[in-house]
Amino acid sequence: MWFTYIKDMIMNQNTIQVDALESEAIYIFREVQAQFEKPVLLFSGGKDSITLVRLAQKAFYPAKIPFPLLHIDTGHNFPETIEFRDRLAKELGVELIVRNVQDNIDSGRVKEESGRYASRNILQTETLLDAIEEFDFDACIGGARRDEEKARAKERIFSVRDDFGQWDEKNQRPEVFDMLNGRIDLGQNVRVFPISNWTELDVWSYIKQEEIDIPSIYFAHKRKTFVRDGMIWSAADEVVYRDEEEKVVERMVRFRTVGDMSCTAAVLSEAKDITKVVEEIRNSSISERGARIDDKRSEAAMEKRKQQGYF
Amino acid sequence: MKVLKIATAGSVDDGKSTLIGRILYDTKSLTDDKLEAIEEKSKQRGFDYLDFSLATDGLVAEREQGITIDVAHIYFSTPSKSFIIADTPGHIEYTRNMVTGASTAQASIVLIDARNGVVEQTYRHFFINNLLRIKDVVIAINKMDLVDYSEEKYNIIKGEIEYLVSKSEYKGQSLNFIPLSALKGDNVVEPSENMSWYQGQTLMHHLESLDTKDIKDESQTRFPVQTVIRPKTNEFHDFRGYAGKVYGGDLEIGEEVVVLPSKTKSKIKSIHFFDKEYAKAKSGSAVTITLEDNVNVSRGDMLVKVTEEPTITKQLDATICWMDKDPLQISQKYYIKHGVNDGQAKVTNLSSIIKTDFSGIEENPDALELNQIGDIQLKLSKPLLVDSYKKNKSNGSFILINPKTNNTVGVGFIK
Repeated sequence: MWFTYIKDMIMNQNTIQVDALESEAIYIFREVQAQFEKPVLLFSGGKDSITLVRLAQKAFYPAKIPFPLLHIDTGHNFPETIEFRDRLAKELGVELIVRNVQDNIDSGRVKEESGRYASRNILQTETLLDAIEEFDFDACIGGARRDEEKARAKERIFSVRDDFGQWDEKNQRPEVFDMLNGRIDLGQNVRVFPISNWTELDVWSYIKQEEIDIPSIYFAHKRKTFVRDGMIWSAADEVVYRDEEEKVVERMVRFRTVGDMSCTAAVLSEAKDITKVVEEIRNSSISERGARIDDKRSEAAMEKRKQQGYF
Repeated sequence: MKVLKIATAGSVDDGKSTLIGRILYDTKSLTDDKLEAIEEKSKQRGFDYLDFSLATDGLVAEREQGITIDVAHIYFSTPSKSFIIADTPGHIEYTRNMVTGASTAQASIVLIDARNGVVEQTYRHFFINNLLRIKDVVIAINKMDLVDYSEEKYNIIKGEIEYLVSKSEYKGQSLNFIPLSALKGDNVVEPSENMSWYQGQTLMHHLESLDTKDIKDESQTRFPVQTVIRPKTNEFHDFRGYAGKVYGGDLEIGEEVVVLPSKTKSKIKSIHFFDKEYAKAKSGSAVTITLEDNVNVSRGDMLVKVTEEPTITKQLDATICWMDKDPLQISQKYYIKHGVNDGQAKVTNLSSIIKTDFSGIEENPDALELNQIGDIQLKLSKPLLVDSYKKNKSNGSFILINPKTNNTVGVGFIK
């Protein structure tokens, strides 16, 4: 009797039941590899793209991730993110391609914004489209989630873009069951969102569960900051525009979402480890993109950027 | 975390957006900044109430026209479960979006305005729930506050739906009727004080009590191979793993399996998930499997248990929902995608159009137009490994793709 009991116990421990969201993401990664010639994973160094990397590892283990990582560097990234990016790519043994927004500014192809709310966020689009053309990428995998923003809530898992990177939001392909149609014409490409159905809390819980390493700026640290429009901005670097009367004060903060320094605000926080961060997110009364000035420009800010080829 | 996917359909007039807004609000899922944005926009438009549709209608065109065009996904959670609502438009011209939204749902909420009772849209929604064989269907009778919380009104609507069930072929769904007022909050999260005659659960209590297991987890085991994993590194020199998702039942080490379509038998040697090995993989798990014998397996092949073989066929009888402006016609050719398997299909017969209002069928039509549902026969370029949708949801459906536009033009349910 006790023998069967123990045997059952061991067998049970040895049963794998992959969570629905994780299983769905892994399935999507494998469809990308099977259906496209030249996929690429868009890597920003943020928590969502780091989560994507782990899911891609799981999808193809023991083989390596079968596509490169692409980072569109605005030149305004947090230094911690860049260090993290280089280290991770090295550990994975995966090719890392970096393309710089600065190059397009220098050559005059795009014009840098100026003033209080200047940001290079929107300039990324042009550099991304150039990179897609340069390498003939036919599928770009990104970490966008439907719960982030209401235009994103409408986007498919396989989202077809034309030569100009445009999203035709009124004419999307139906996606039924888990069948993903990756057929495209020459010149088109597909944006793929494996964690479409994850919420911010799902991502954080997964990072905790999998013990995934993330950049230090996601945890509470002391930082020189100033306040504008009720949001806290980093004063640690001169890329963030600051009026003289906006006073710099050292505060205990962390970043909840990591984009450009110029458009990502910090939140006051004492959460120094992942357990505390998960707890904080669970109890938060402000949404994640509430800290992104790029979304506050207008109600349709995200939809407009997407139509122009933004992620 | 358990995830329950729910499909809703209906127009703004049914109070659907108000209901979703109420659920989000009462479960404290709307963050302050989102709530502020809704308050501000509602005021700007001169409403004296909070227009929750502003939270879900994400496209500019939708907000301009005040209608839902495409499926929106709404996420919220309670301590016991995560919920995903696929919010779909209810108008007839968006039938395809209803099918899309409902295809991945385990439960469905059919919203009825208590003042109007069962209307054409209710028929269609109910029809699609049956076509997709949704396991749990909630009939939410809304705006009870506008009919004086009348039990009689509730019973009339209940009777009408029960009549629909008697007319439909599928009777396996579990049906629950809940009278509520989304605007006032009766029976949404909190029990109503105005309807003491109703003894059942509130909508949220009911949704929380539902099993997240879908019917598709309880059929014969299917393991369609997505890709073959060959690392060719020193450490894994001879590793040859078949990556895919387990559907239906479970798979275990040592189990005898048949590789289809080649019909080669072998045994499961190992089950991998990332850097660990397991004795058994449960339904729904995306894993990698190796076999004892060196057999030829490629993408689109399928591993099944020896006693559970599917049908291998070059011909399909199916019910199809058409999703494209270009109508389906006899003798046209399409790409077919069945799970992860691809082929070509030619329409050999279009036998009928099925009316979604339960009024019968139209025999031998010339074409199947956008948003129509009909019965067809297909001839295939290569054999597919299929089950009937009734027996096996995951292996009983397919999509058709127009080879000229590459668009997904139809979804089929195998008979």
